[in-house]
This record gives sequence, structure tokens and C-alpha cells, in this order.
Amino acid sequence: MTDTSAPPSASHRRLTFISRRAPFGEDYPRACLDMVMAAAVFDQQVNYVFMDDGVHQLVSGQAPAAIGAKDLSAQFAALSLYGVENVFADRQSLLERGLENAVLSIPVDVIDNACLQRLIQDSDQVFVL
Amino acid sequence: MKITVVVHTAPWSHQASATALRFCQAALKAGHVIHRLFFYYDGVHNTSTLAVSAQDEIDIPAEWQRLIREHEIDTVACVSSALKRGILNDTEAARYERTASNLSPAAEISGLGQLIDATTHSDRVVNFGA
Amino acid sequence: MSALHIINKPQSRGQALRSCLRLLQPGDALLLIEDGVYACTDTGENRLLWQNLPVEVGCHALRPDLDARGIALPLPTFALVDDDGFVALVCEHDKTLSWF
Repeated sequence: MTDTSAPPSASHRRLTFISRRAPFGEDYPRACLDMVMAAAVFDQQVNYVFMDDGVHQLVSGQAPAAIGAKDLSAQFAALSLYGVENVFADRQSLLERGLENAVLSIPVDVIDNACLQRLIQDSDQVFVL
Repeated sequence: MKITVVVHTAPWSHQASATALRFCQAALKAGHVIHRLFFYYDGVHNTSTLAVSAQDEIDIPAEWQRLIREHEIDTVACVSSALKRGILNDTEAARYERTASNLSPAAEISGLGQLIDATTHSDRVVNFGA
Repeated sequence: MSALHIINKPQSRGQALRSCLRLLQPGDALLLIEDGVYACTDTGENRLLWQNLPVEVGCHALRPDLDARGIALPLPTFALVDDDGFVALVCEHDKTLSWF
């Protein structure tokens, strides 16, 4: 995991993206992922946080082909190739949804509220989708 | 201050687009610069020249176009959002063999890189969504 | 670095308000806009909702949205701002988080 508190340079900002919506019912999860990828391609320091219903995106064993939808987990697997290493899931969100022991499709750092507060505080911009 | 504004919602369907318009007007009146106006997701509908507003409602796309022209605001409709929603300029209409183009000449179609670029060059980024 | 948090939905619509509240830090500010202004109407539930906030968080509501919805007497802990006040809040805080 890269240091999230390191100060940015002029064109490298610390950008945090918080994805809050469940997959498939809306296209916002894909919209957030696209922003994350774009930020990574443009060499920003990226934090990708799954919170609230957004943690459902991480659950493995999904079969989106059943509804003609795209599988986000395939793109999640490519995040590290894009240099997105800081991927987090909010602990409280996982607990509320009974997902604390769920098998997730990618490795994430499960963080508590205080840690998420610090991420937000250390970020230059935060996008909540 | 240099402010980037991101609009995620279509006109009229949700209030956010109208709020964003008022925010931009207030920011400009206060002497700030709208560094970039980025229409993302359903927000690209604000850049259509084909929307017809009801006579007793504010013509939100027209108001955006007026604001953009008056203040020469760098305005982008995100290409992936625009294509999915049938907001096309002449180039994309030809590329995808569609019967018409409808993108306002006040906006250009471009990618999310423009949003990231704007984010790195702005003092503030404000999102309006639903 | 302080943040301005913008809420545009009442607590009955999704979890945005609840999630925002647990991430507020002293020095942050909150602005209710659009349907979010229903969260500052003077009800028992709303009084309970706001009583656990850190004291140093400034609470604001956008006046045009209150007026549009006929909300004459919001909770007194909310400072009412117009569109120029909205802009001023964005500039005053280092970043803006829109919870929608």
C-alpha cells in the first residue's frame, strides 16, 4: 500500500473515490471505477474505498451474465496493474451487511471509521459516487 | 478561486443540474473562475440541443449554453457517458452511423482525463448528483 | 484540512446522511441542499439526529431550497445561506464532498 499521507506535487493529487452503491442496479459503480482508472492512468495517488452498499461490489461468486450485465470483478482484478493499490472496504458497512466473513473478489484493506476519516482528511479531493 | 464543477444528473429529472447552474452563476458573480464544467453520467443530457423544455419551466440546457458562451467556460461532455445516452457530435454520429448529432457547440466530447486534469488544476471541485 | 459535506437527500432516502455524519471531523461544515433540507425541519427525530454532532461542525441549509419547500422554521442550529453563501462555503473549506 502506498503512503496515503505523502504530500502531492503540483500535478499529482491525492484523490479518494468512495463507491457507495450496489452493483448492477445502477451504473454508478462502473462510473466510479472509470474515474478511478482515469486517475490512475493520469498518475494520481488514488484511494478507492467501498462503503455502504458499495461493499456488495466486492463479493465474489457473482454471475452478472444472468442479467446481461458486465462483471466488475474482472476490472477490479486489473486495478493493481493500473497502479491502484490502495483499495479499502469500510468495516462498518461490511458488518451491517453480514459480509465480514465474505469471500471478496480482490484483496482489500478493511478500515474502520477513524481510518476513513484520516483518508478523507489527507486527500486533496474526494469523489463520492 | 478556480472551481471545477461536475454535473451527474439530467436536466429536470433531478434538481441537481439546476442547483449546479445556480452555483456556477453565483461563483462567477463572486469573481471566481469556473475552470472546467464537466458533464458526466446523466449530466451529459444538459449538452443536448434537442431537448425541448416545457413553456412554464426554465430551459436548463439553454441556460447552460448561455452561461458557457457568456463566460467562455471550458465545457466537456464525457465521451463514454455521452455515447451511451445518444449525445453525439458530428464526428461520433458519423463514426457510429447515427442519423443525427445533437451535442451543443458550447461543449466538446472528451474523456475522463479532462476531469482528472481539471481536478489537478483547480482549487475546488464540486459535484452535483442524485 | 477541512471539508464541506453537501447532503441533498433526507435520511429517508438511502444512507448518505448517516454515512456522512460518522465521517465528519471538527472544523468541517455541512450544507443541506435540495431535498436534504428536510433533515433540518423541527421534528423530534431530527433533533435527535443532530444532537450527537461534534460541536465544531458548522451546519448550514440552502435558503432557496427551504423557501421552495415551505420550510419556514428549520432547526435553529442551522445557519441559512443563499447561493453566494454556498459558494463562500466551498471556498472556505479545502475540499467538498457531495453525498448523493
